[in-house]
Amino acid sequence: MTTIHFQSPSGEVTTLKGVVGQSIMELATSNGVSAIEADCGGACACATCHVIVDQSWTERLPAPGVMERDMLDFVAEPTSTSRLSCQLHITDDHDGLLLHLPSKQS
Amino acid sequence: MAIVILGAGQAGLQIATSVRQKGYTGKVVLIGDEPHPPYQRPPLSKAFLKGTTDAASLIFRPAEALAAQGIDLILGQKARRIDLIAKTVEINDGTVSYEKLALALGARPRQLAVPGADLEGVYSLRGLADGQKLMSALTSANNVVIVGGGFIGLEVAATAVAAGKVVTVLEAGPRVMARAVAPQISTWFDKMHRDMGTRIVTSAVIAWIDGTDHVKTVTLGDGEVIAADLVLVGIGAVPNTEIAAEAGLECPNGVLVDAVGRTADSDIFAAGDCAFHPNRFAGSYVRLESVQNAIDQSKTVAAAMLDETASYDAVPWFWSDQGQAKLQTTGLPFAAERHVVRGDPEAGKFTVFHLKSGRVIAADSVNSPSDHMCARRMVAGGIPVIPEVLADPATDLKTLAMQRTA
Ligand SMILES: Cc1cc2nc3c(=O)[nH]c(=O)nc-3n(C[C@H](O)[C@H](O)[C@H](O)COP(=O)(O)OP(=O)(O)OC[C@H]3O[C@@H](n4cnc5c(N)ncnc54)[C@H](O)[C@@H]3O)c2cc1C
Ligand code: FES
Repeated sequence: MTTIHFQSPSGEVTTLKGVVGQSIMELATSNGVSAIEADCGGACACATCHVIVDQSWTERLPAPGVMERDMLDFVAEPTSTSRLSCQLHITDDHDGLLLHLPSKQS
Repeated sequence: MAIVILGAGQAGLQIATSVRQKGYTGKVVLIGDEPHPPYQRPPLSKAFLKGTTDAASLIFRPAEALAAQGIDLILGQKARRIDLIAKTVEINDGTVSYEKLALALGARPRQLAVPGADLEGVYSLRGLADGQKLMSALTSANNVVIVGGGFIGLEVAATAVAAGKVVTVLEAGPRVMARAVAPQISTWFDKMHRDMGTRIVTSAVIAWIDGTDHVKTVTLGDGEVIAADLVLVGIGAVPNTEIAAEAGLECPNGVLVDAVGRTADSDIFAAGDCAFHPNRFAGSYVRLESVQNAIDQSKTVAAAMLDETASYDAVPWFWSDQGQAKLQTTGLPFAAERHVVRGDPEAGKFTVFHLKSGRVIAADSVNSPSDHMCARRMVAGGIPVIPEVLADPATDLKTLAMQRTA
């Protein structure tokens, strides 16, 4: 089990335990983190599963692919560490990962 | 008061969660005839069929998580009759009273009306149970015939041919996906599928399907006989409107609703694949079958059930993953006057814009998510465009899309 923290814009933190291989989006939606809408269910087609990776973690995640980068341009509040959580798959190295939730998805 | 939702699919779940998100604290009952909690259908013809995703990960949210939100889930129960006067719904095991009722009944595969269509080995694909059957049949099949060159048929064809099957797609129209995309897109996908090894027959007429108990061959109108040990029929869907029609609600092509998703009975609403609704992007009433429509229309219906009055006005979008290619569409391509290509079809990265009266009314993108996202804004905003500018690779589409209309 890998611990992932989701912090809302107001500072509230939801901590969830995910399994290796699962996407962060799946972990969040199946546990009712409603700030992640994930309309397309992980097809990298909707850009409503936006998360902002905490600065302290950016180096430790693989870079986004071309499709993901293109879609990221269109999230509601893009930042330099924005990611689509459906494209982030949990590994052992992610234990303690801190993600910030945007105030809106679209 | 109680909000009762019939159909526990994409739309039903969205209505239930949206009324809760809006702060509604009364009873919410979500009734579905399938045994599973609401799940995603798109992967059934994609990742699930390929085996890269399992049934458990299709479920949106476990039943316990729904219970924690105060959503009463009643599964494996068919709604049999609606009584508009008593405001009750009869299900297998009893009667449920509603104050507001939402119909999120979805659609079912259209049946192929030829002799032999009921043979064993002839499949259609709508639910998880269908997906599981198709997947196991595909493992042992050699000759796969797909009836219908639409999204589902072509997605399955790509997976089957990649798994080493002999695949034939029989399309009745002159080109694949003819009703949904521009001719250039059909041509591109036609070639892609042929390059993968699939045989595509357009303007195909199916005379009959043969076999003793299990399917063996498919015979075409011109006499050709094609070997088949698996036939998948993907020729569209028909809305599940029977209980609505029997209750006296008008159902011309889906349950008739107004701009907020309300039927002629002011306490009954409909959303998703079963709803025939006025749509600004169609310029008429339509019934759409897409995740976008199910989600956005359900949000409108949830608001209307709580007496808010925002009309449904979300821009349509859709995606289809076929082989390595990602197709994304936006808008509704009815009544386009001309098509403009941007990008390079040869390089497998391009967009076809559908123009009408100098505006983009729809766009189909292949492996070009950025174009697609820009196009969504252009369609939503009714932004005027000059075809040459749109096609020019030097034009920054994002700047164009961000314009405000006068
Ligand atoms: C194989 C496949 C691939 C797809 N791919 C895509 C895609 O890539 N992109 C996209 O945007 N869309 C796709 N779609 C379409 C999308 O899945 C649908 O538009 C969406 O599921 C519609 O949601 P809905 O809630 O209206 O209907 P459904 O999800 O079908 O839910 C309706 C539910 O109501 C139940 N029901 C019906 N009658 C009754 C009754 N009397 N009592 C109780 N329950 C009842 C049904 O069994 C069903 O569970 C795909 C669909 C399929 C089948
Ligand atoms: S869930 Fe749609 S892009 Fe991530």
